[in-house]
Amino acid sequence: MSQPRSSAEIGALYQEMILDHYRRPRNKGTLENADASVEMKNPLCGDEIGLQVAFEGDCVCDLKFSGRGCSISQASASMMTQLVKGKSSGQIDAIRKQFRDLMLGDSSAADDPEMRSLRALSGVARFPARVKCALLAWNALASAMAERPSQGTPS
Amino acid sequence: MKLRRDSELSPDLKLRADFPLLVNNPGLHYLDSAATSQKPKAVLDALRDFYETANANPHRGAYALSVRATELYHQSRLRIAQFLGVRDSDSLIFTRGTTEGLNLVAGSWGMANVASGDEIVVTAMDHHANFVPWQVLAMRKGAKFRVCELTPDGKIDLDFLNGLLNKRTKVVAFSHVSNALGTINPIPEIARMVREKSDAILVCDGAQSAPHFPVSFDSLGVDFYAFSGHKMLGPMGIGGLIGNREMLEEMPPYQTGGDMIEFVHDDRTTWNVLPLKFEAGTPNAANAVGLAAAVEYLDRIGMDRVRSHERALMSAAQERLSAIEGLHIYGPPASERSGVLSFTLGDVHPHDLATILDGEGVCIRAGHHCAQPLMRRLDVPATARASFYVYNDESDIDALVAGILKAREIFGYAPV
Repeated sequence: MSQPRSSAEIGALYQEMILDHYRRPRNKGTLENADASVEMKNPLCGDEIGLQVAFEGDCVCDLKFSGRGCSISQASASMMTQLVKGKSSGQIDAIRKQFRDLMLGDSSAADDPEMRSLRALSGVARFPARVKCALLAWNALASAMAERPSQGTPS
Repeated sequence: MKLRRDSELSPDLKLRADFPLLVNNPGLHYLDSAATSQKPKAVLDALRDFYETANANPHRGAYALSVRATELYHQSRLRIAQFLGVRDSDSLIFTRGTTEGLNLVAGSWGMANVASGDEIVVTAMDHHANFVPWQVLAMRKGAKFRVCELTPDGKIDLDFLNGLLNKRTKVVAFSHVSNALGTINPIPEIARMVREKSDAILVCDGAQSAPHFPVSFDSLGVDFYAFSGHKMLGPMGIGGLIGNREMLEEMPPYQTGGDMIEFVHDDRTTWNVLPLKFEAGTPNAANAVGLAAAVEYLDRIGMDRVRSHERALMSAAQERLSAIEGLHIYGPPASERSGVLSFTLGDVHPHDLATILDGEGVCIRAGHHCAQPLMRRLDVPATARASFYVYNDESDIDALVAGILKAREIFGYAPV
């Protein structure tokens, strides 16, 4: 059997920044005139994310999220909205892939300067049962990106 | 016997040494027995012994080994029937577990007897396994699907139930004990009400009762009772459905194939007698033997003692957890509850709580407990659930409390 988690691992998981985003989520609410609206659930644990995105050309010009769930899912959504606002679909795709790699245990992904606040979620990789919580908002974003008007061929 | 108050009971069973997984993990505090129980060595030995000395396909071979396997399978059924107070052991059908047993009743009795305009009643505390099969049946048949509401403290609202019943009610399905809240439902009152106002069959989900207190099917007053072996110290993948003999005789088969047939003609097939009529395919003989060993183990302890041990643990846990600021316990008072404690802590999400408790070696369940209709009514997305069994003791409660305090330390405290 896997050993119980160490206090250090728990501490690395629940960093101050995560609790801050959990208690004071950024960009939470609903967006007037959204171009894409996506709802995603994690049926296993009941985490829910609603994501509304407005595009300007190839860029995400604004987005808001709603929903409820654990600190990891909500903090991840909050950080994501801050990070992707104003970015092009190509840039967002690259960050999303890096973040996915980070969650799946590739710690070198954290070296990417674009990752910024997302590094606070690095500790999640040590908790396989929680990885899907961290990825929920990003999966919702991928789905919203696919809905954007005049969508070009994905790179 | 003098009736003692719960707070005077002491959790006196010391059985951890009988459970190899717990022995191998001394720091582990397993508080998720409502999901699945750990297995005593006696059960693991019985499984191994079957495969090492008696393994053959029951009911098939003419050779002595197959006869031995058949005999052990049969003996196991008798032993389990005895444990659950079933005189007619042919009315105990082995299934994969409670879910399959409930699906069997819905798929066989339900498909044959429920018609458009009929009504099916379930309760808001039912596990999805006793909710969805009936919902699907109602949709297929054009029957009305009605959900009985609960009282604020998490019991079946009997007045509400009474109002739902009428001559069109064909099925009343409910759980003996709620897996999410631990509520022990009053079967005699429910049965009396249902019999008086309708001709409905009573289908009882026994997944959380058979493991925890004495159950005697013959005097229970329901028509069907389903249970799972793995929640009562037995192996995964075996359980049973006990049914009213006459109904079982009349019901069409649930699955077809080997073991359940009598004669196969080119144009038709006739069915085997009970219980084999409902046991298509090679029987799960090894696990039946394992489950028989589990009930043997439980009987040696005594189910009254199992219950009083759990009540003592529950009473102690309730007292200590309610003293934690911001901790909210769901469901009826401890004395009306089985060994299940469902709670939340301020705005700390149950999954975060479970992760932090895992760090302390404490295994609890966090989530909707396959009871989403109930979670909606409690207006929470999830709860944390600690559940107790024979191998737990006060040190498990100590660890649980320490873990909850640790979660408060990490998260701080913010009331919801």
